[in-house]
Amino acid sequence: MSGVLNMISFYLTTMKTAVVVQFQYRVSNYLYMLGMVAEPIIYLVVWTTVARAQGGAVGGITAGGFAAYYIVWTLVRNINIVFTPYGWEARIQRGQLSGQLLRPLHPIHYDLAYFAGWKFVVVFLWLPIAAVLALIFHPTLSATPTDVVAFALALACAYLIRSIFLWILGMITFWTTRVSAIFELYMALELLLSGRLLPLTLLPPWAQTISNFLPFQWTFNFPIEALIGGYSTQHLLLGLAAQLGWVVGGFAVLQLVWRAGVGRFTSVGN
Amino acid sequence: MQPTIHVVDLCKTYQVPEREEGFGAAFKSLFRRKMRAVKAVDAITLDVGQGEVVGFLGPNGAGKTTTLKMLAGLLFPTGGTVEVLGHVPFKRQRDYLRQMTLVMGNRNQLQWDIPALDSFNLNRAIYRLPTKAYRQMRDELIDLMGVSDLVHKPVRNLSLGERMKVEIIGSLLHQPKVLFLDEPTIGLDVTMQRKIRAFLAEYNQRHGATVLLTSHYMADIEALCKRVIVIHHGKLLFDGNLSDLAAQFSSYKTVSVTVEDPALDLSAYGEVITREGERITLRIPKAETSRVTSRLLGEQPILDLTIEDPPIEEVIERVFAQEAVV
Repeated sequence: MSGVLNMISFYLTTMKTAVVVQFQYRVSNYLYMLGMVAEPIIYLVVWTTVARAQGGAVGGITAGGFAAYYIVWTLVRNINIVFTPYGWEARIQRGQLSGQLLRPLHPIHYDLAYFAGWKFVVVFLWLPIAAVLALIFHPTLSATPTDVVAFALALACAYLIRSIFLWILGMITFWTTRVSAIFELYMALELLLSGRLLPLTLLPPWAQTISNFLPFQWTFNFPIEALIGGYSTQHLLLGLAAQLGWVVGGFAVLQLVWRAGVGRFTSVGN
Repeated sequence: MQPTIHVVDLCKTYQVPEREEGFGAAFKSLFRRKMRAVKAVDAITLDVGQGEVVGFLGPNGAGKTTTLKMLAGLLFPTGGTVEVLGHVPFKRQRDYLRQMTLVMGNRNQLQWDIPALDSFNLNRAIYRLPTKAYRQMRDELIDLMGVSDLVHKPVRNLSLGERMKVEIIGSLLHQPKVLFLDEPTIGLDVTMQRKIRAFLAEYNQRHGATVLLTSHYMADIEALCKRVIVIHHGKLLFDGNLSDLAAQFSSYKTVSVTVEDPALDLSAYGEVITREGERITLRIPKAETSRVTSRLLGEQPILDLTIEDPPIEEVIERVFAQEAVV
């Protein structure tokens, strides 16, 4: 029990530290949020224009539907910001991993806690932006309390899935020193197959089939649709179970790669 | 009694990629990379007892940091055995990591953007320290280092020396029993070096910690370590008291005399190293010291005479030059 309490204490302290660090950079926070909003606004303007040009809808999604999708997208995207392979590269090249290996704690806990803490600042800054976007684009949203609960859980799982998979990708640095090229490829696939670029229902059937076997859609499309898609409770539960499966499976792979990677790191040194 | 650090025939060999200079060689290395085995540590055996402060000396590339990293658990040895506090370091068991620390003078572990106090609190959570014990230890270390005005500033706003002070505090909050210190005073001014030395000596006294210290500043070693271990090209050259190092490796003594006439020529007695007014310093082969000093006293108007071992820096230089395996 004391182990769990200690871990909770660690997470809370690290999250607080992340918030304190973010408060040091007020201007950079505002600029970051502006940058984060630019991408969905482009998608939103494009798709609402196309929807209106096609008589009000594209693939069954109305202009209001697109507005709801991309406004929720902004929150999901912010929650999905995690420790990236670029961070891994820097961590290994600058020798920071050594310090983390000497702590009596798996380093992933620090990354999970730190980036989770960061979300408090991000969500706080996101609220007025979402309000302004809603006023401009008039989203169609009729979520039930069940949808809201499922959305919250799906967001947490999406955060875990993306953290785990980008950690696994980042660990390639143990073998290659540089991982940027693979990360770029990952990002391209994610952009297309996650629901980040456009709702998955607008993809051709073959692409939707492929996306079913990859983790991407569970980090973007599912959380968004959990809130705005009018899913049945069964559909929501199945989706959450699938996310949990990716979390458990991903974590198992992460542990295997971590052991092999650390084994190599401690053989080669830095 | 079981030594705190027990090392037998410790070895570490790195596989290092190498190629000739130029575009052609770079292109060829895309397809076929040439590797060379470099023996960084070569069959080192040593024991360090509880509470000992041992200086670990060697020129750049001697294998000091590699050895420290193996002792800390950051590197997997290619041969030999290591035990620290009864643990095999490379297994990095949590119980072991909670009892040791590795401070590297050129590495920063504290959060850059926030005051050190916030980073200390994070370390409390990482090492699962009870709040009361943590605060007590934190305040004791801050007081001992004299940095109460620095711990409220963001780390990025501190000077190099100030940062090192708070880094050391951060690494000792969990009250480690073993300290591996790799160049903790590197790049610091003399005052700052002295302050950190005094702090480490006091910490060792109060908490009975075992310390293995590398430094290129002999003043650090002389102030803190009775015992020194010297390695070069990965091999152990000397393990013993600092005072014995000079006795073993220096083949001469320095004889300083005070004379009435500053122009007096003493070159017939030995190599004149310095001449500062009435004080003349000679270098004399160790075996001839007593004979030459008797002659000096008998033949010259000497007011005062002292015989000393040469400065430790010179001895160390000589050790590295000889590379004799002891």
